Amino acid sequence: MSDLTTSAPAAAPKPRNQWLDVWAQFRTHKGAVLGLGFLAFITLFAALGPTLWGVDPGDLDIRNKDVRPIYHMLFDSDAKVSWAHPMGTDNLGRDIMANIMQGGRISLAVGWTAMILAVFIGTLVGVLAGYFRKADGLLMRFTDLVLALPLLPLLLVMMLLFRDPLRAAFGPENGIFILIVVGIGITSWMQTARIVRGDIMALKEREFVLAARSIGTPSRRIITRHLLPNVLSPIMVSATLGLATAIITESALSFLGLGFPSDFPTWGKILFDSVDRMTAFPERVIWPGLAISLTVLAVNYIGDGLRDALDPKIRGL
Amino acid sequence: MLIYTFRRLLISIPTLLFIAFVIFMLLELAPGDPMAQMPLTIPPEVKEAMRIALGLGEPWYVRFLLWLNQFFIVEPQHWIDQAFGTSFAEGKQRIISFQSRSPVFDTIAQRLPQTLWVVGMSYVVGVLIALPIGIISAYRQYSVFDQAGTFVSMIGFSVPPFFSGVLLIVIFSVQLGWLPSIYDTTLVVNSWDTFKQQMMQMVMPVMVLALQTTAQVSRYMRASMLDNLSQDYVRTARAKGMSESVVVLKHVLRNSMIPVVTVIALGIPSIFGGAIITEQIFKVNGLGQLLILALQGSDIPMVMTITFLLAVLIVLMNLIADVLYGVLDPRIRYE
Repeated sequence: MSDLTTSAPAAAPKPRNQWLDVWAQFRTHKGAVLGLGFLAFITLFAALGPTLWGVDPGDLDIRNKDVRPIYHMLFDSDAKVSWAHPMGTDNLGRDIMANIMQGGRISLAVGWTAMILAVFIGTLVGVLAGYFRKADGLLMRFTDLVLALPLLPLLLVMMLLFRDPLRAAFGPENGIFILIVVGIGITSWMQTARIVRGDIMALKEREFVLAARSIGTPSRRIITRHLLPNVLSPIMVSATLGLATAIITESALSFLGLGFPSDFPTWGKILFDSVDRMTAFPERVIWPGLAISLTVLAVNYIGDGLRDALDPKIRGL
Repeated sequence: MLIYTFRRLLISIPTLLFIAFVIFMLLELAPGDPMAQMPLTIPPEVKEAMRIALGLGEPWYVRFLLWLNQFFIVEPQHWIDQAFGTSFAEGKQRIISFQSRSPVFDTIAQRLPQTLWVVGMSYVVGVLIALPIGIISAYRQYSVFDQAGTFVSMIGFSVPPFFSGVLLIVIFSVQLGWLPSIYDTTLVVNSWDTFKQQMMQMVMPVMVLALQTTAQVSRYMRASMLDNLSQDYVRTARAKGMSESVVVLKHVLRNSMIPVVTVIALGIPSIFGGAIITEQIFKVNGLGQLLILALQGSDIPMVMTITFLLAVLIVLMNLIADVLYGVLDPRIRYE
């Protein structure tokens, strides 16, 4: 900073973009870069895959049922394999690769939307509690109460009991989608709220906020212009964790048979449907399970890398 | 300290009442009907009479107060009667399941041992694995062991129990045939063979749940040890000429255990939640499976009671964690 003020403007080094610094630090974390690569790959696989592969995931082809994955050729020359179904087909002849792609679309969409909802609620509650002293006691007491609720059982209760009315109101697919996203969103915002509240409370006492207030900036502008950009990094870190838990929770609900209907594949649903026949066809369990686990692992590593990259104390080194 | 504990206990009463209210209202607002599975040939007026017989005719606040009365007064009275042969609860209505028409707590008492065995065992195993991993990871920070430990705990955070459980079944039951994939709860342990059988069938569910615990606790243990290892008192202890094992295992470990013990206490409720999924995979007929069955049958009293018991566990463990923190760390004083 000091050389910026002392040297002539022409000789001053180009001011460095903060986000380029963050990216440079992020790239030094191998796991995070690998994670980002995998997340990009699986997102493209799910988003573009169905267009390129062109097989309808719900298409029943009963003649070609129970086709094994293509690598079975290597150790069992009699295995029923086909290049038309590289990952095999299920007991109704549906192509597993097409199902994994379609399932990935839904799992990732649920994960992202639920995470955004949870982060939005968490940030809102956190900012309100941290900035307005009057709201603090009430909001944080409420947060503690929600934290004391047994969330998985309550989520199961919500899934089972509100399924039919929402289905009737928004159609079978959209209804369940809304239910799952809202369910996960309103049961996972509490950590974000706590972190944001703590940071806002500390920031609120700093001089730059006092300066902003002394020139008559209204509270709304102080929050959006001065406070929110400063709590962006903890929000981003908790967003990655939120994405990971949202994907796992959606799969868990589907696995317990309380998620999407079975003609509507998600990774958890494919896994659940395959468990009964896993003795004969273990690969059908392993594909969706690997997709869930690797995606969540990737997101967790990204979160780890982001935490380091966004921390200015570490970044300078 | 005693006053603090007492005050926390008092505060937890309204908290629990509020939680009971939330769960009750959620079940109340939901359109699930306990009569939905009755045959369609039952005439409407008979159906209405059955609803009233189940106690659904009363307005919600009456039913909520009745449930509170049953949960907090009648059930404890019944237990006292059972224990001492008194007759406080005579003629009083206990909480009855819609599905089995038997008292909810009797069913829970039947299911609890299976869950406690698997969950308790997995928690103990998980913590016992996690503590040494955390200690060694911190003592040899950035070593190969530390990196491996970090990776294992990342896996523990990322691989959901419904995949790790299924994977274990595929490997150890299907491919290798070493372990049974279904937990046989009718097994009576009375000889060496049945004991061995019991151990064999517990290995997989315990390991699945223990992986989650290990991942979490070993991270906390490592962070806490790292905090303490760089403190002045450690240098002093070394300067006095104490052996490395005394420094690490006596001085540092004791101080590092304080936050870890509270994390261990706080993790107990979540492991019960995780057991819901694990019990489905290994077909253990424990509490989690009971909850799922009750949910599918719209068995409101059963769902309400199990969910509320879990909430009690969460509130209680929070309280225990806070009090333990004060007991273990003399620097912390609750006024």
